[in-house]
Amino acid sequence: MGEILVLVDHADGVVRKTAMELLTIARRLGEPAAVFVGTGYERAKDTLAAYGAQKVYLLEQPELTEYLVAPQADALAQLAERAQPAAILLTSNSDGKEIAGRLAIKLGSGLVTDAVDVVAGDDGAPVATQSVFAGNYSVQAKVTHGTPIITVKPNAATPEPAAAQPVEEKVGVTISEAAKGARVVERAPRTQTGRPDLTEAAVVVSGGRGVGSAENFTVVEGLADALGGAVGASRAAVDSGWYPHAYQVGQTGKTVSPQLYVAAGISGAIQHRAGMQTSRTIVVVNKDPEAPIFEMADFGVVGDLHKVLPQATEEITRRKG
Amino acid sequence: MNIVVCVKYVPDATADRTFDPADRTVDRVNVPGVLSELDEHAIEAALQLAESGDAEVTALTVGPAGASDAIKKALQMGVDKGVHVTDDAIHGSDAPATSLVLAKALTKLDETSPVDLVLCGMASTDGGMSVVPAMLAERLGRPQVTFAGSLELSDDRGTLTIRRDGEAATETVEATLPAVVSVTDQANEPRYPSFKGIMAAKKKPVETWSLADLGVAASEVGLAVAWSTVESYAQRPPRQKGTVVTDDGDGGRQLVAFLAEQKFV
Ligand SMILES: Cc1cc2nc3c(=O)[nH]c(=O)nc-3n(C[C@H](O)[C@H](O)[C@H](O)COP(=O)(O)OP(=O)(O)OC[C@H]3O[C@@H](n4cnc5c(N)ncnc54)[C@H](O)[C@@H]3O)c2cc1C
Ligand SMILES: Nc1ncnc2c1ncn2[C@@H]1O[C@H](COP(=O)(O)O)[C@@H](O)[C@H]1O
Repeated sequence: MGEILVLVDHADGVVRKTAMELLTIARRLGEPAAVFVGTGYERAKDTLAAYGAQKVYLLEQPELTEYLVAPQADALAQLAERAQPAAILLTSNSDGKEIAGRLAIKLGSGLVTDAVDVVAGDDGAPVATQSVFAGNYSVQAKVTHGTPIITVKPNAATPEPAAAQPVEEKVGVTISEAAKGARVVERAPRTQTGRPDLTEAAVVVSGGRGVGSAENFTVVEGLADALGGAVGASRAAVDSGWYPHAYQVGQTGKTVSPQLYVAAGISGAIQHRAGMQTSRTIVVVNKDPEAPIFEMADFGVVGDLHKVLPQATEEITRRKG
Repeated sequence: MNIVVCVKYVPDATADRTFDPADRTVDRVNVPGVLSELDEHAIEAALQLAESGDAEVTALTVGPAGASDAIKKALQMGVDKGVHVTDDAIHGSDAPATSLVLAKALTKLDETSPVDLVLCGMASTDGGMSVVPAMLAERLGRPQVTFAGSLELSDDRGTLTIRRDGEAATETVEATLPAVVSVTDQANEPRYPSFKGIMAAKKKPVETWSLADLGVAASEVGLAVAWSTVESYAQRPPRQKGTVVTDDGDGGRQLVAFLAEQKFV
């Protein structure tokens, strides 16, 4: 079985859940080989081993992360030439997709983005499932030329541990001058909310224009906290300046696929649905019984979110005792 | 300066978008098409740069005959001229092939008058891959400055600074021109074509190029040589509509009862 390169998504060694999902998927396709770029490997080491990495390629040159994505595409291309992997998996976020795009051109390989599932086909090659046209269609896609490059959305698989003792290999790569064209001059880390990451969370509670103000978002946050979930927002709420853009759910925000999605004061425009349609259970609170979002609700309450949400929060707290 | 905006003609998101059953490509014929809404933000960014200094703005599209509508809309918004690359052989092209055609067209434009800035949307609203700008940067060997939520040119118009929402941080990225840039819907509020703009658009030049004009062989693009393929597609069954209750004072508690039943509480 061939190696499956997995580009590890992490923040200074804190491995994101998507990396565990990718390693889990990689095991269906071949032998997982984690590609760790940047600093903090000591922190990541145990997790990568626990989720079945047979090999870890360590790429620690500082230039790899000083510039926007291009050097990482250089690095993966050189690694791929050497390791001749059977497939390359990356996380489907902005960085991952762009690295994949550049890599596809460098290797002359096809790519599939935004996979919500990946399995081995009859010939062993990966078959990816995508959710397209705002989630109205499900598509099975395959790479037919070169090394399959696939970007996988968060929550596409349940991470399954499978302890391994990875062989570590430090790798030096040549970074082209062309790749150094766009320099990251500043990184302002987002303030930690203490809540789970939006794209990884099992529960997401989102607020829309119906929330009415930035202050009122505390009722959304209250329910999210009672459920141990993340907070999301519609574009209308973001555009109004009530909640930061990083928390926007939808076509031009984050795609989420949690076990439970609560939409409060959100009408359900197609662009919003595109970002949450694959949620397992959907709960809606909206004062307009005609709001299109009710069409997709497993459970809906027609009512004022300013009353319903706080009552629900209180009731959860009461039940927890 | 010379700015080229890449704009895509896509099936309207508010129509019933589907596939062509014959070859499983996106149906671009029977579904009404429009200029991809997200590309309007790239056009707006270009127009604002042109207004704050001297610049000529060209809209470039690769697509079927109908894609001239996307150029038309760009011209109505205020773009100076248009280039439409169209050829039957392009049908079914994947992102790598599309980026090849765009790169060749940009190189041809660059030979006539150097292109300082290539502006793209953050994603097309049909495929939504967000990879074409990165592929273009790779093919052209130019700096990639993508997902700009805001962008600024230095006074001498030689350096570009953008802010982008990264996964864990807000990043500030700097590059020297020429560069390939993509902007998000956070970057600006696209203008509507004015009556004057609509009239003026009729007189603006639009060139139509074929693959031969770009020196691209028909065998390099299209469905037959695509590097990835759609094996099958299926409409997702509509979600089962669940229970809807009206809040009579205990809607919150009813909601929690449902959550408890589903083991979320
Ligand atoms: C290219 C493009 C990309 C886009 N991308 C996104 C995206 O990524 N994400 C996104 O969300 N949108 C996106 N949009 C915008 C989208 O089209 C909608 O405009 C937006 O989702 C509406 O947000 P909303 O539902 O919060 O507001 P509205 O549509 O105004 O709905 C507000 C709802 O709140 C209800 N309400 C009001 N008061 C209360 C109350 N007190 N209690 C309960 N309910 C109440 C109302 O009945 C109404 O249904 C995009 C649009 C375009 C053109
Ligand atoms: N056929 C095309 N013609 C012109 N520009 C395109 C085309 N396809 C993609 N683009 C540009 O690339 C961006 C991202 O597209 P995509 O990678 O398909 O999501 C779009 O917003 C356009 O600016």
